This record gives sequence, structure tokens and C-alpha cells, in this order.
Amino acid sequence: MTAYLLKRLLIGAATLVVASVVVFLVLEVVPGDPARLMLGMNASDAQVELLREQMGLNQPLVWRYLDWARGLLQLDFGKSYTYSVPVADLIKERLVVSLPLAVIALALSTLIAIPVGLFAAARRGKASDTAAMAAAQIGVAMPNFWFALLLVYVFAVWLRLVPAGGFPGWSAGIWPALKALILPAVALALPQAAILSRVTRAALIEVLGEDYIRTARAKGMPMRAVLWRHALRNAMIPVLTIMGLQFAFLLAGTIIIENVFYLPGLGRLVFQAITQRDLIVVESVVMLLVAIVVLVNLVVDLSYALVDPRLRTRQ
Amino acid sequence: MSLLSIEKLSLKIGNLSVLKDVDLSIAPGEVMGLVGESGSGKSMTALAIMQLTPTSARIKGRIAFNGIDILGATEQQMCALRGDDIGMVFQEPMTALNPVKTIGEQVAEGIRWHTRASRAEAEDRARKILDRVGLPDQKFPLTRYPHELSGGQRQRVAIAIACALKPKLLIADEPTTALDVVLQAQILDLLRELVAENRMSLLFISHDLAVVTEMADRITILRQGSVTETGETARTLSDANHPYTRQLALASMHVPARAAPHIDASGPDLLLDVANVTRDYPGRRKSLFSKPETVRAVDDVSLTMRPGASVALVGRSGCGKSTLARMILALDKPTSGTIKFRGLDITRATDDELRRPRRNMQVVFQDPYGSFDPRHTVERLIAEPLHLLDRKPDRKERRDMVVRALHEVGLNRSDLDKYPHEFSGGQRQRLSIARAIITRPKLVVADEPVSALDVSIRAQILDLFAALNHRLGIAYLFITHDLTVARAITDDVLVMHEGRIVERGKTTEVLANPSTKATQALVSAAPDLHRAIARKLQEQG
Repeated sequence: MTAYLLKRLLIGAATLVVASVVVFLVLEVVPGDPARLMLGMNASDAQVELLREQMGLNQPLVWRYLDWARGLLQLDFGKSYTYSVPVADLIKERLVVSLPLAVIALALSTLIAIPVGLFAAARRGKASDTAAMAAAQIGVAMPNFWFALLLVYVFAVWLRLVPAGGFPGWSAGIWPALKALILPAVALALPQAAILSRVTRAALIEVLGEDYIRTARAKGMPMRAVLWRHALRNAMIPVLTIMGLQFAFLLAGTIIIENVFYLPGLGRLVFQAITQRDLIVVESVVMLLVAIVVLVNLVVDLSYALVDPRLRTRQ
Repeated sequence: MSLLSIEKLSLKIGNLSVLKDVDLSIAPGEVMGLVGESGSGKSMTALAIMQLTPTSARIKGRIAFNGIDILGATEQQMCALRGDDIGMVFQEPMTALNPVKTIGEQVAEGIRWHTRASRAEAEDRARKILDRVGLPDQKFPLTRYPHELSGGQRQRVAIAIACALKPKLLIADEPTTALDVVLQAQILDLLRELVAENRMSLLFISHDLAVVTEMADRITILRQGSVTETGETARTLSDANHPYTRQLALASMHVPARAAPHIDASGPDLLLDVANVTRDYPGRRKSLFSKPETVRAVDDVSLTMRPGASVALVGRSGCGKSTLARMILALDKPTSGTIKFRGLDITRATDDELRRPRRNMQVVFQDPYGSFDPRHTVERLIAEPLHLLDRKPDRKERRDMVVRALHEVGLNRSDLDKYPHEFSGGQRQRLSIARAIITRPKLVVADEPVSALDVSIRAQILDLFAALNHRLGIAYLFITHDLTVARAITDDVLVMHEGRIVERGKTTEVLANPSTKATQALVSAAPDLHRAIARKLQEQG
């Protein structure tokens, strides 16, 4: 088990190093001089040269990479070209919105998907299974921004239960902040839940055909108990894989929903940074996402081992 | 008064009639053997008793167990019966246990469910029954997972689960078919003891007449969903009044007529020369930094085969016989030693140099279905080895060669465009033999080629092997744990045990007078219909 853990950690660290080199090099070859970008078109060559010197842009490539990488390790991402504030602060500001949003959305999606998947798998081929999977199909097919607008219309405009958009900040109190995140979280969660419930159902149906399910039934366990005690845990591996992928998406791929709800999230930050050629922000967010994906994968790998004892002993 | 009585049980799935008016009864403490070929409805009968038939099955008739009408019982009543009054053991021990739960949990689960015992009490009882089935605490604590156990050990766990609550009826559906003969004998002994100790009735299902004869007081023979004969085991089989019973009995003792092998013993050329071959595999690592211990699968094995010879490689499962075969087929490289095939050292040959030997040796596997791509036609499947020829045959030549191979194994031109699923198990094994002989090989390695087949089919396939040996002069290396196959079709035998060849010689002599412990164990464990009937006749008068 320790060997498994160590190996996963090493692979994760190696992934980070490789990713950082790639990200650094890609942004090196992208045209445009950051110093000139910061100073504007009217700056003199001498001024630009001075800033280049200050920013360390004249140093050799390897040196600059090491410098940048050291900064990453200390969570010092440098200064934004457009905002002239530390990138770390920008990201932190956005992360306090995006991270809770992603966690809530994933939790919601899981809470919906697993019972639905169990329900449909247990009633495979019956009308209720068909209905549940048809609903899931609609959930997969429906664009989430449209669903978001529906939610706004019903819960914000019509019932006036929650705000239609914006984020008051956590300083306004936990409840108002959470209230602002509920609709976006639901809008994000439902399509994910639709996918996850289909995966859960398919995995369960496969497991239900296994011999050990028959053994459990021959012990006198009713179908419900067999589903919960024997089938679900064996069906968890594909479900966990999808959940890991979904979390990474929910963290940064939510730009449309952020726009619908006027949320200051990571997605909008990256989008703005790209349009403004604020490369250092792009670079930093990409690295952060790589780190998070690596971490999530590590957690997923570990949860595989928790679910399946055979993975604990295998190398 | 019988414990279980089945009357006029019929079962249909879709339009397919799986069972037709089956009658069967078992008295308390009686062992009933249920025999039949695959698809005869044995397993479906067992599942019907448990009401675990597929949801699409439509059942008619009556099943009474201990006065309870099974077919009329609610799911709740059935749950109370299953695992408590009726226990069941299945064929495939490798997949019968939940891989993510410990053996303790899995044995204790049924105990807790039925008796409402506390966790500690249930685990205590689970411990006792595991001890009883031969899995003592020191080596097999409750916290072991199924993957840490061998097939035989897993089957013991499955038996512990089924017998934990001392059921009135135990149903064992081919419980030893997936095990080697020595393990089979051990598991059969265990079942017999448990049945006697707890005064259980046993419904013992098997396709193997010899095994059933050893176990059963009475025997019921199923054929295509109908009972053809039922009665006392000894009398039913010794009289063999019913033609089907006789056919089954003859088929299971079938020895193909073989012309004298035309082995050219004087010639200097060896077909195969395996010298001091060893194969190590990395075993489990103790920690990340220590070197993994090596597991020696094949240990200093030497053997030779002459052209046209028929040799059996017998041994228990895990003894290294399949690893050795893979190396002979150049699918794996030995750690040390050399393998010469027609003079060429195939352990050091390049892929290009291997083309010729590959064309001259082919393989037939155990599972005829698993060895075909289900989406390819017969023509494409059988023509596959033809890419080993130096000159690519054109379309028509290729077709002709496939047709000839099909004829040789008793199939027709009309089968060319069919898919594997359109054939029965025996026909599929014919297809794999056709594929093996299409390049006119000098050696065919057959890995348990008949153990997945029914007795009558198996007799036909053995005949086919014998005929091809005679007609085409193909040498065989038969890998098997089944000594009847070895006796039926080979001249020489090699007995493998823990990676080494421990005994070798003429098949008839070695198996008649085994000199090593390993061979003796194999010989005494091998079920033998003659012997079993004689013993039963004595018991039953």
C-alpha cells in the first residue's frame, strides 16, 4: 500500500514537472513582448529594455524557467501584466468562488446520480428504468446555460428564493454567499448527474451479471441488500474515474455558467486573461489546474485502492 | 417422505423449452446426482429450486421443499429459505466470491442475516465453519480477501458460505469442474463429510459420470430438458438399460482406435529438443526498494519429441505446464536453457527466423469460443495462420485450403461464411483444430483441448485428433490434468510437478505404476467410471 502510494506520488510530481516545462515553453514561443505589453505602444525602447531587465526577461531561458518554477513552489506566480497585482491574489479571489462551487456541484451530482443509477439498474428494462434513463438523456443533451436560465426564471424571478446572479463575497456571511452559489451549482450538477447516473447504471448492470452476485442471492440476501452491499462497491471504479474528470471540468470549464450568473470565477479570469494577452495569468491558472488535476487523480487512484483490495497488493 | 420433490417442472425462456416435465425427488440425507450434457437443463433445475431463474423464464409445474410450495412462495419467503435451509455451491470458484469483501465478511454475512446474530457471534461461527472446511485460522484469517486464495481454497470458502447454517439441502452445481483432479478429490471428500455430519441432502450436478457415480446414492439423467432415466446409481449405470445412459457411459470411457504410431525412432532428427529450460517470474515485492523475489514457474526442464509422436504433459494446475508450452510455442522466452525446434534454437531466433517454426507448430486452446474473434467469418479465422507462408496464396487458393482443412475436421464448405456463434462447442473445437492444421504443421500443442466439452463430443474430438495424427503425421503435445485423455491418445507421458518433470515414460506404464508421489496423487485422484461403478455396486448390493 505504501509502495502504491509512493509510486502514485512520484508519477504525480513527474507530471507536474513535465507540464510546467511545456507551459513555460509554449508561452515562450507565443509572439508578443510582455514588457512592451505592460508599458503600452508609446513606450520608448529604452523604457522597455529597462523593464525587461527588471522583470528578468533578458536572462537565459533555463534560468528564467528555474526562477519561475521556484516562484510556483512558493505560490508566487508573478504580477499580472494588465492588473499589475500579484497573480496569486487574483487567483485566490476567484478560487474562493470556484472551488466551493465545484465541490457543491460535484456533491449534488453524486447525490443524485448514484441513487438514480441504483434505481435504474435494479429495475433494468422496466418502465421506470426507461423513464429514468430518458430523463438522463435529456439532462446530457440539454445545454446547461439554457437550464441555468430556466432555473433563474423559476427560482429567482418567479419564486424569489435566491438572487438571480452576482456573488456577495464570503464576507457578507456564509448563508448569502451559499445562496448565490445554489443555482449555478444545480445548473452545473444536473448534466453531470445525468452522465454519472448512466455510468453508474451501466457499471452496476455489468456487476449484477457477476457470479458473486448470484452467490450473495443464494445466501438469502434480498435484491436491495445485494445492490448496496455487493454490487455498488464493485461498480465504483468507473464511477470514481468519471467523478475525477468531472471535478477538473467543474473547476475551470464553467465559464458559461459563470457568465450567466455573473460569478467572479476562475473560468472568467482565464477568459479575460486570454483576450487581454495577460500571459502570466494564463500560465499560472493553467499550472494551478494541472496541479489540481494531478491531485484529484491521486485521490481517485487512492480511492480505487480503498474500494478494491486487489489494487493494494498489486504493484 | 421426500425433502424435495419436483413434479412436472417445465421452464421456457422465450420460445426455447429448457425443461420439459422434469420429475425429481430427494429424501432427507440422500445424495442425488444430476447428470447431463451442457444445455440439458441441470443448472436451470437447480436455479428453479432456489427461485433464482432469469426473470424472463416462465415456469410451470410444482416444486415442494419441506412442505413449502417453492413456485408459489413470495420473494421474502424465498430469502428466508435461501442460504438457511437450502445452500448452493457453484462451478466457478474464481468468480463466485465478491473480490472487495473479506472471506470473513462473506461467510458471516449469511449467518447474521438469517440468525440476527451479533457481528462477533457471526464471525465466531464463520471462523468455526472455515476451520471445518480446511481453512485454519493461522493461514486463513477472516481478513483474507478472495484474491489471496487459490481456486481450491476459494471453493472451500464457497462451501463454507453454503453450509454455514447447516442447510437441509445443499445444491452443488459442477463444484469441481474448474479444479484439477487432486483438488477435485479433496473437495468431493469434504462435501461427502459435510453431508454425513449434518445429515444434509445433496443435489450433486455434474457432467462427469465418474464423479457423480462416486458421490451419488441415486442418479437422474437429463437430456435436452427431459429426464431420461432415474434410479439407484450402481444399478442404473451397470445395467445401462436406457440407450442414452449407455451412450454416456461409453463416451466417457472412450478410447480412440489408433493405428500404431509411425514415429521414426531411428532417424537422427528430433522434432523438438528442450534442454534445461528454466523460467522465472518476478514475484511480489516486500517493499518498493527491495528486489522482488522470483517465482520459478519452470525449473530445469528437458524433453525431446520425435516427429509424429503423441506426448502428454500432465500435472496439477499451477505446475508450470502452460508456461512450458508457451515457451515451446515461442510465445515466451526462457530465463535460461534452449529450445530447438527442428534444429533451430527458437529462444534466440529473430522474428523473421521464427516464421518457419511458427508455421510448423500450431496450438489448440481449451476454450473454443474464447479463442475466436466473434466478428470474423470462419474462412477468415481458419485462414489466419496462412500469413506465415512464404508465398501469400491468392483468394481462390486460400479458399481451397480452408475448405480442405474444414473437410479434414469433418466440417463443410457451407460453413465458410458462418460466424463462431453459429456453431456448437464441439464444432468450434473442430474449427480451432482446422485452424491449427491448415499450415500442415509438424507439431500441435493442445492445451486442455477437450476439458470444456461434453463427453460424447469429447470422444469425437479425441477420435479426430487420433485420425489426424495418423493421416497427417502431426506430433501432439497434449497438456492436460485429465489422465483419461492422456491414456486415450498419447504414447508417452511427462508428469510435471512444481515446475519440474518428475516422471516420464510410456503413458500406459507410468499411469499403471506411478513411482513418484506427484504421479501417484494424480492417478489416485482421477475419477474412473469402471472403478466407481464397481465400488457403488458393492455398497448398494
